[in-house]
Amino acid sequence: MRLAAVVDNTVPAAPASSRSDAFVELEKVTHTYGRGERQVHALTETSLRIEKGDFVALVGPSGCGKSTILKMVTGLITASSGYVFVAGRQVGAEPVRVGMAFQNPTLLPWLTLLDNVMLPLKIVPPYRQEYRAKRKGEFRDKIEALLAQVGLAGFSNKYPWQLSGGMMQRASLCRALIHEPQLLMLDEPFGALDQFTREELWGVMQELWITHRPTVLLVTHDLKEAAFLANRICVMAARPGRIVDDSVVPFARPRTVTMTYEPDFVSLTQKLREMIVHAQPPKDAAKGTP
Amino acid sequence: MDSQLNRRIASAALIIGFFVMWEVVCVGFGIKDIVLPRPSQVIHTLVVRFPAIWPHAVQTLYETLVAFGFGIVLGVALGVLVGSSRLAYDVTYPLLIGFSSIPKVAVVPIFVLWFGAGTVPAILTAITLSFFPIVVNVATGLATTEPELEDVMKAMKATKLDILFNVGLPRTMPYFFASLKVAVTQAFVGTVIAETVASNRGIGNLMMIASSSFDVPLVFAGLLILAALGVGLYVIFSLIEVRVTGWARRNDEFAMG
Repeated sequence: MRLAAVVDNTVPAAPASSRSDAFVELEKVTHTYGRGERQVHALTETSLRIEKGDFVALVGPSGCGKSTILKMVTGLITASSGYVFVAGRQVGAEPVRVGMAFQNPTLLPWLTLLDNVMLPLKIVPPYRQEYRAKRKGEFRDKIEALLAQVGLAGFSNKYPWQLSGGMMQRASLCRALIHEPQLLMLDEPFGALDQFTREELWGVMQELWITHRPTVLLVTHDLKEAAFLANRICVMAARPGRIVDDSVVPFARPRTVTMTYEPDFVSLTQKLREMIVHAQPPKDAAKGTP
Repeated sequence: MDSQLNRRIASAALIIGFFVMWEVVCVGFGIKDIVLPRPSQVIHTLVVRFPAIWPHAVQTLYETLVAFGFGIVLGVALGVLVGSSRLAYDVTYPLLIGFSSIPKVAVVPIFVLWFGAGTVPAILTAITLSFFPIVVNVATGLATTEPELEDVMKAMKATKLDILFNVGLPRTMPYFFASLKVAVTQAFVGTVIAETVASNRGIGNLMMIASSSFDVPLVFAGLLILAALGVGLYVIFSLIEVRVTGWARRNDEFAMG
């Protein structure tokens, strides 16, 4: 498979990373916004390793640096200190395909669903060259198949504004996956949806992960969602942002929504909740600025 | 459908009513032709002297369209530059605003000095008037691109050009067409100003000569021609706009293709 080949051919760039066999590795990474007195420590020295094909969730209160980690792994922001390695290379230099989905579906309103999902194929190599050479005809079936997998069969000629929020989010997931990314970044992708749609999309997401097997980093506020989807959950605390717990989710796949009401599942989410509540900074520190 | 028809009828009735009122007021108060000619007189002049007016109208339309074309190219180019780079924004904006604040009548003599009287100064004046709204709107459209959308593109390692052509320019289209409607009327203003000051052809020149010989109905005929040309171009761009930016209005006809 092409996907595996790209990764295997990767030669480690820096000697420091050669000992690592993790797909994503953060090494003593920090990030600060602003300068001088107004400096904000979004993240204090944090290390995190993610194996290839793993599904890791980052949970925690607002401002704990979840999204900062996600953006650093994607190369959208640079760490103030420390190193971020992806596929054995410093982030940015790696030939890894990345997909991204946000809380806001961010579909382009002037394009049909088909063309929206086509977008990564126009931009990401090696599809980019194929797109130029053959035009989009041959990608059509690939996209229709993926749309059908998320329950959007027959909607490919609709415009985003003709669809419901849940349908747009499904299409957004398709756009994040169509170019078979090795790395999938999800920043609260189901946060704006109603509960039933959200639970349904957890199932869709799980199925997509099982069939495509990208390495996933999911940022979420929803502990149930993290426990349903992830193999590993990292609990983070705010001010300063840091990882305070890293635990494995033992439940067998495919998981179902019914499972989320079973005692083991409930006790796991309760344990996560306790950790987040207790990791809050002391009251007087939280007051901060007068 | 019914309400749309009603709106059209109401709109047409108001336009006709305006001219009828004008006619009635002129007749009722006994206003002289030399002050304010009646609409029927203006139209009569227009029909009778059409062969003489026609070349002037063509000249004005030609100058305006050429200027408008250059104005679009210049406006979009500058708009992309200003909208996509913070540095370009800071450097060029003061200059652009200063330039657009200059009354364009004052610039015509300079163009005449450089290029002689005639077509070229008219085109240049029209360009200087029409490109500014395009720059401002294109720059605004590009500068307000959603950051998350840019993140999605950057995560795919898209180049700046990829982002510009796939996201920036398409989402700027509604802003662009809004500015075209302003720009096309501004281009007419520029052309006529220059023709009035320094040309021996065009509607502006026609009106100047007509007014100096107190041929007021002909002056008004010129105005009517200008208004008709302006409305015509406005309608054309509105039709293109609906085709291109129907998505911005959630237009169902657009969705049907």
